[in-house]
Amino acid sequence: MEAAMGLMRRIPPKHSEAALTALLSLLPHHSADLLSQVDQPLQVLCDVDSGKQFILCEYNRDADSYRSPWSNKYHPPLDDGLYPSQELRKLEVDANDVFMVYLDQSINRYYEGGTSSVYIWEHEDEGFIACFLIKKDGSRTADGRRGYLEEGSWEAIHVIEVVPLEEATARYCLTSSVMLSLTTNDESSGNFNLSGSIRRQMNMDLPVAAGHLCNMGRMIEEMESKLRYSLDQVYFGKTKEMVCTLRPPSEPVQTRLLELISKRRP
Amino acid sequence: MSDEEETQPTDDQKIEIAKWFLLNAPAGEIQYIAKDMKAVLQDETLYTTAAAVAFPLYNKSHMICLDFPDRSGEVMVTPFSEIGENEYLDPRTAQVAFVDHVNQVCRRARPANDEELPTPYIEEYRYALDIEVTKYVSEAYPKGICSVYCVNGKDVEEPGMDFELVVVISAARLRPQNFCNGSWRSIWNVEFKDEAQFVEVRGTLQVGAHYFEEGNVQLDAKHECKDSTMLMSPEDSAHSVTAIIRHHETEYLNSLQTSYSKLSDATFKDLRRKLPVTRTLFPWHNATQFSLRRDLQKSLGLEKK
Repeated sequence: MEAAMGLMRRIPPKHSEAALTALLSLLPHHSADLLSQVDQPLQVLCDVDSGKQFILCEYNRDADSYRSPWSNKYHPPLDDGLYPSQELRKLEVDANDVFMVYLDQSINRYYEGGTSSVYIWEHEDEGFIACFLIKKDGSRTADGRRGYLEEGSWEAIHVIEVVPLEEATARYCLTSSVMLSLTTNDESSGNFNLSGSIRRQMNMDLPVAAGHLCNMGRMIEEMESKLRYSLDQVYFGKTKEMVCTLRPPSEPVQTRLLELISKRRP
Repeated sequence: MSDEEETQPTDDQKIEIAKWFLLNAPAGEIQYIAKDMKAVLQDETLYTTAAAVAFPLYNKSHMICLDFPDRSGEVMVTPFSEIGENEYLDPRTAQVAFVDHVNQVCRRARPANDEELPTPYIEEYRYALDIEVTKYVSEAYPKGICSVYCVNGKDVEEPGMDFELVVVISAARLRPQNFCNGSWRSIWNVEFKDEAQFVEVRGTLQVGAHYFEEGNVQLDAKHECKDSTMLMSPEDSAHSVTAIIRHHETEYLNSLQTSYSKLSDATFKDLRRKLPVTRTLFPWHNATQFSLRRDLQKSLGLEKK
């Protein structure tokens, strides 16, 4: 299992789906571990009742069917599928509505379009678990407003465990992953692709009075900004640094002259 | 369906999977992939079969560089220097290296024989270009290596026939302790067209970088370009071909820098903005009101499609 995770850490992120499929076939007895520890690219299905798209993941799957958060129906239909309790289903409906607003193009927030789905289910012991999924296709043929990207995707998976504590507070344990890929292509610079995934955790104890949805939403918003910053500044920055180490941008003759000059100074 | 999925892959399929992982290793990381793959496969025979096929392909495509056992120089493992099974020519020292691909070392070397080397006429052009490119690479790449091979017409003895040289440049930086590896590879095909008195230059540049501290982010960039110059004496041709290479590689580095600088402000925005257009955090406390408004819009039939 450790070796499998080692492989996933090195294989080019654009091949992660193929790599996971291969590992699942080699290590069938570790499939549950692999599926929970390796983030897969998100797939979508269309809800036949509402006509809206919903995102597929392990958390809304039962056998070979997936439950839509919009109609609460399994696709393809399933007779004895699992459903959240009435109370949690109400929270799930609200969360889906609010997240649609969070992504809404017309309201012009962070995403300017994209698909979201939220699934909530009972925790084994107490409390509940919520999974927030966001998929944005930023390529110029999809939701890329500025048309810079030949191909581009941002996929976020936020899983929050909510456990009630004393004195009207709850502990929120958030694990977030972002998978990202962006490709630009033009005559002068050729094909330029950056892709990758990172995963982070955040725990908070918050008063329940503000509402679970409000607490979870704030945590996710903060986490997403952190992840975006890390990818942009740290991860992309490190690969840029590497390129400049391989072939330093300044003219070597100039650098050498500067070195000579500085050496001559007392 | 699920029964089918649970059937074990055949030995051939396992070998294919192992090969696939090895070949997709980022620059300088094939030995790490090999170690993990061995542990996953738990079958030495299958692993050895896969490694025997994958390592030579990987070493050639990554153009790795190995020391001769007597430290008389280095040999580059490339598709252009391969002259026999596990045998690679180093034109600079006129030696042939026997390469142990899986361990990535040169076991022994022998002097190249005459049939393996170009004619004196071609060698003049090859040698002159090697001198110029080596000078350029030592200036532009802190850890660069290069070589020049004749891939077509090495038996041409005098003017009147076409021939083709290939310049390869490879620079790798491996800093696993800093969770970062990267490589720059250029292949320049230089065709000397005798009748047209013309030299055609085609370049393929490939740059990769991998940063993997608590994550896995990779750059994969590739660019192709073309240029040409007049056919002149070996020295003058070497000068102008190297000037072309220098120009295009400098331009390409600049365009990579530009791609990076556009990321934060332009490209990345199309995926997710740093701040919302309104520049304020999302009003989660009013979230239910939002959904109420949606309900209202829905009931009034105002919902946007």
